Amino acid sequence: MTVNVDQTYPETLHPLHTLLLAGAVPLFLGAMFSDLAYSSSYQIQWTNFASWLIAGALLFAGLALLCAIVGWVRTRRRYRYAFIYPLLLLVTWVVGFINALVHAKDAWATMPTGLTLSIIVALLICVTAWIGVTGCLKGGAK
Amino acid sequence: MKTLNLCAIFCVSAALLAGCSREDATPNQYGSDIRLPAPERGLLPNMTIAKPAAWGDRVPTVPEGFTISAIATNLNIPRQTLVLPNGDILVAEGRGGGAAKLKPKDVIAGYIKAKGNTTVKSGNSLTLLRDKDGDGVYEDRSIFAEDLNAPYGLALVGSNLYVANQDALVRFDYQEGQISANGAPQKILDLPSAINHHWTKALTASEDGRYLYVAIGSNSNITERGMDAEVNRAQVWQIDAQTGAYKPYATGLRNPTALAIQPGTGVLWVVVNERDELGPNLVPDYLTSVKEGGFYGWPWAYWGKNVDPRVRPENPSKVAESLTPDYSLGSHVAALGVTFSSDVMGPKFANGVFVGEHGSWNRANPVGYRVSFIPFADGRPNGQPIDFVSGFRGEDGKTRGRPVGVTLDPRGALIVADDLANTIWRVVRKP
Repeated sequence: MTVNVDQTYPETLHPLHTLLLAGAVPLFLGAMFSDLAYSSSYQIQWTNFASWLIAGALLFAGLALLCAIVGWVRTRRRYRYAFIYPLLLLVTWVVGFINALVHAKDAWATMPTGLTLSIIVALLICVTAWIGVTGCLKGGAK
Repeated sequence: MKTLNLCAIFCVSAALLAGCSREDATPNQYGSDIRLPAPERGLLPNMTIAKPAAWGDRVPTVPEGFTISAIATNLNIPRQTLVLPNGDILVAEGRGGGAAKLKPKDVIAGYIKAKGNTTVKSGNSLTLLRDKDGDGVYEDRSIFAEDLNAPYGLALVGSNLYVANQDALVRFDYQEGQISANGAPQKILDLPSAINHHWTKALTASEDGRYLYVAIGSNSNITERGMDAEVNRAQVWQIDAQTGAYKPYATGLRNPTALAIQPGTGVLWVVVNERDELGPNLVPDYLTSVKEGGFYGWPWAYWGKNVDPRVRPENPSKVAESLTPDYSLGSHVAALGVTFSSDVMGPKFANGVFVGEHGSWNRANPVGYRVSFIPFADGRPNGQPIDFVSGFRGEDGKTRGRPVGVTLDPRGALIVADDLANTIWRVVRKP
């Protein structure tokens, strides 16, 4: 008897990968709203919140990025545009990291750059997560 | 020095947003007429942290005609000293603070900065040193008082020995010749101690002994712990020694780390550590006479009316009233001690103040790490600082000591507390 092994390519992300990726979304969004609160109230605690939310988001997004790179290595031969999602996630992470450094400045020195970056990175993570979870933009099978 | 030039690592990403300025020349920033550069801050602050090493056979460098010796070692973080009338020396030992870490940055920066300091546990005590036969060797040593809370400022008025702990001003009875306190001290009043980001409480007494002056540092670098944390901070208080009644004597002094009364005039002088993270050549630490009711800028302004953009809400009226200090000691030198000199130090060093400079962290090229002498003329600083005790940072890049308190011994010596080597140094003129 012969066994016919069919190499399969999962169409959806691993649940752990999904959790890590999705987890970064509310953290980056929370940082953005905290920055909005600080910039309108000058209450310092909001910028402390933003700093930790960004740190948490970078942890989640960083682990998701590792999963994404592994996924890309496994599927790049099958899908023409498999690189788009990991690349977007990498860009998101780098911008998020720069934002973390900006948030390490004292008091109002984080502003307005910190808020601008928080908005950009919040949009980036939403788009990236959508593309990653739905698997759209991968392109057709080669 | 261990150069933690983290900026180099991140410059690629940093360049996306802001250039990493590497300009770190040390301009002449001494005196009253100084030029200040524009504020700058890359994505990471400049950090060069001292790399501690033991003195071994070495000693700090002193000018010709002077000698230096260690009169006490293995102390538990000596900060300020007091020379008693019989020549005994009291040493306040301790480490205070412990402010909560509010941001990831505090965790990381706190870890890095701690590498440049001693790892010894806080002594929380006063040690008494005695030279029995006047040969300059302090052979007797006793614990004068213990179980204090990070004692720092010391002052003797008659038979009252005042000690400024990080949370309270207390008083001991003192009789000449005593080697240990009679008992627990009596509290004069509580001092602001919530958070205690800058925990040191410097202390001095007016010439007539009626008033005590206590210096209270700010609770942040530049309000990053919130404005509410800064109530009663960055001030010098005047306290009635009899009643404990107090009032802010001067405000806006970010971190006033040492006080001294000018002999003859009775004027109060202070050294102040200014704010970080505005670049290698901002903001100058300073020495100034303290004007009663004066406001010296922190947090809204620095060196007079230069606005600090990091403070919100803004306060233009406070900026407008901000006084310019008398004398810039240079940015980031971290002055932690000041004492007026006298004729006993010889003609070259008779008229002026000695300043203990703990040394910088927020600069690629370190500055400070010395005791400087600022010459005076007509009761005011006049001229460039002179190295009086140096060599704390060796040419091998290691740091062997960091000066804190400096005290003139009227018998003809300068006493220097070193909180890295946990040593007391004594500088005397050669006979």
